Amino acid sequence: MSVATTRKAAEYAPGSLLTIENLSLEEVSAILAETARIERLPHAERVGMLAGRRVALLFYESSTRTRTSFELAAKSLGATTTLVSDKSSSIEKGESLKDTGLTLRALGAECIILRHPCSGAPFLLARMTGLPVLNAGDGMHEHPSQALLDLRTILTRLHGPAAAVTARPDSLASVTVAITGDILHSRVARSNALLLPKLGARVLLCGPEKLLPETALGLGGGVEIVRDFDAALKRSQVVMMLRIQKERLAGLELDLADYVARYQLSRERAAAYAANALVMHPGPMNRGVEIEGEVADGPQSAVEDQVRHGLAVRSALLVRALGAGRFESIRV
Amino acid sequence: MSEILILGGRVVDPASGLDAERDVLLRDGRVSAVEKPGVLKGVAAAEKLDATGCVVAPGLIDVHVHLREPGQTYKESIATGTAAAAAGGFTTVVAMPNTVPVNDSVAGLEWMLDAARGSVVNLLAMPAATMGSMGVDLTDFSALRKAGAVGFTDDGKPVLEDEVMRAALTAAARLGVPISQHAEDTRLTGGCSMNAGPVAFRLGLRGMPVEAEARIVERDIRLLREIEKAEGLRPHLHVQHVSTARAMEAIRAAKREGLHITCEVAPHHFTLTDEAIGDYDTHAKMNPPLRAELDRAAMIAALMDGTADCIATDHAPHAPHEKEQEFERAPNGITGLETALGLALRVLHRGQGMPLLRVVELMSANPSRIISLDGHGTLRKGSVADVTIFNPATEWNFAAKDSRSKSRNTPFDGAPMLGRVQATICTGRVVFRG
Repeated sequence: MSVATTRKAAEYAPGSLLTIENLSLEEVSAILAETARIERLPHAERVGMLAGRRVALLFYESSTRTRTSFELAAKSLGATTTLVSDKSSSIEKGESLKDTGLTLRALGAECIILRHPCSGAPFLLARMTGLPVLNAGDGMHEHPSQALLDLRTILTRLHGPAAAVTARPDSLASVTVAITGDILHSRVARSNALLLPKLGARVLLCGPEKLLPETALGLGGGVEIVRDFDAALKRSQVVMMLRIQKERLAGLELDLADYVARYQLSRERAAAYAANALVMHPGPMNRGVEIEGEVADGPQSAVEDQVRHGLAVRSALLVRALGAGRFESIRV
Repeated sequence: MSEILILGGRVVDPASGLDAERDVLLRDGRVSAVEKPGVLKGVAAAEKLDATGCVVAPGLIDVHVHLREPGQTYKESIATGTAAAAAGGFTTVVAMPNTVPVNDSVAGLEWMLDAARGSVVNLLAMPAATMGSMGVDLTDFSALRKAGAVGFTDDGKPVLEDEVMRAALTAAARLGVPISQHAEDTRLTGGCSMNAGPVAFRLGLRGMPVEAEARIVERDIRLLREIEKAEGLRPHLHVQHVSTARAMEAIRAAKREGLHITCEVAPHHFTLTDEAIGDYDTHAKMNPPLRAELDRAAMIAALMDGTADCIATDHAPHAPHEKEQEFERAPNGITGLETALGLALRVLHRGQGMPLLRVVELMSANPSRIISLDGHGTLRKGSVADVTIFNPATEWNFAAKDSRSKSRNTPFDGAPMLGRVQATICTGRVVFRG
């Protein structure tokens, strides 16, 4: 008999998005619906949705896409944003996450977007501040907004924009998604592997044992491990490539040439086994390592769509975090 | 010294094979008489304790506690830690040496054991096996033994190098004391903050494989065998906080072989699994970590079948600001002195049908033998008057805020307990009243 010490979801401010794991299908649907609604709003109305609201971005890791995306989303809704990064703040002097969070709260921040190298840090920040926290990537754990924008990309490209307004248990039935790369260290892989099966998709995780241990199956139903990349591609309508760091391969004593031969999405391989598949990558890409440039820039690639959807989805997440728009009834 | 008469209780004393209604008379710090109810009725005693409905046991002994003194008294002191011990029914504790500075000298040991430290119960200590617990040069075992050491340990760390561990086991064998080993192959656990497995994968945390514990235990057992053969000595290995089925299996085989090996299991390892980490609760972070259900089941089986010799808490207080950190940065450890008995009775006695005699054996008789503590661990006439009186049927919930420890880092805040201490008597003096 095990005594669990999991805190109930009610301990975190509603409007937080800490994990995909704890996000219900209904909430996913609500987020997709609000994303579409905000996207269609006339500029004048959109720019007033979060007028005067204060959003803090707390980034302990560098980021191009996620940070800019959240910042632009907030500003486009009329919110005031401030960015605190570890390299230009008292975090360099050893100030704790708790104190940094409390300071931001005292300065009027109504929600904090956190990117942090330690898995679980958003939970700590949410507990310590009581503010809505949006997880912009925590260590190897999760990157919830990435999975949501990936979902919107897949639904839009595969089934059309109308399908991306709602999330049903069968929205992605008969859709197989292959995720390949350094899965062990990937928060994008984890979040996607947790989200896509909620809509009925099958997720195939691909890679060698050292980058993809069998314990990954613990992520739950709808997730399979397939070591043969070509076999996985043959079964997939969506191929999601994840960045491979050369230094990490070396550290794990994996041969780069061997890895590329077995797991790179080259033009040749894509043409042979995934000619009609949607190709995705969260970025940043290591062209020539996990993916060939031609494939990344080719007609199957949805990489730029992903970035566009990212801006839209993060707008909805901010509105949800601050209890505005359709989320006004949810008291913060 | 005044007398205490304990009336109406059920004496559970495995060392004398006794589990029966008996009244107990304590006089001059010793057990003066243990008699059938009524026999001691007329005896004049300064204090009479009503133990109706209670178990009267030899004082509980914890061979593994961290009291944080010297150097870290912001989170615990010898006085507060032993007060918590008394509240948990412990009359003797063995302090680990990973203080600041490390307890690796006679001066350090004597300072720690000095009455001026204000220990509420019997305080013993195991100084470091190596200087600074750096794992290189042995401390002065002989001098430290003379100064009162009941064993040696680099706890917090393993004694990793074969030759150093061999030397330590040999030197300790000549003095008749154990080496208490924190079995962790630190070459396999770098950057790890929990047990390896599906939970670690899901949480995105690096996990310690069970091999990290098992390999060191297996290596140490091999050294025991080699030393017995080569030196004609009988070295005693005590394995601390065993947490894996694999290590426990190695210990079981070694015992069958006749090697002198003992081991302890901490309450959290027979109560919780790595699922308890939940949303990165640092109150479920310790080393060795909470493991999978099959390991927990193996710990219980070992406690039931005798492979595990004793329960030891590894009481490890930490301040709130230390535990309120990112999971991988928070220090390892939880408190445990005030929840050990309540968990042992709930999980093992009620949950698994373990007889009270065996619970007391695990928490008193056996620990006293492991550290060769004569006159303790029993209520035989003439033994030291260390007595724990507890009600084995009380159902209560532990409240961390009521702890006598300076620290509150426990996963058991609000958790159900079975059995509550009514009184703790140390050398004939009541040091805790429930």
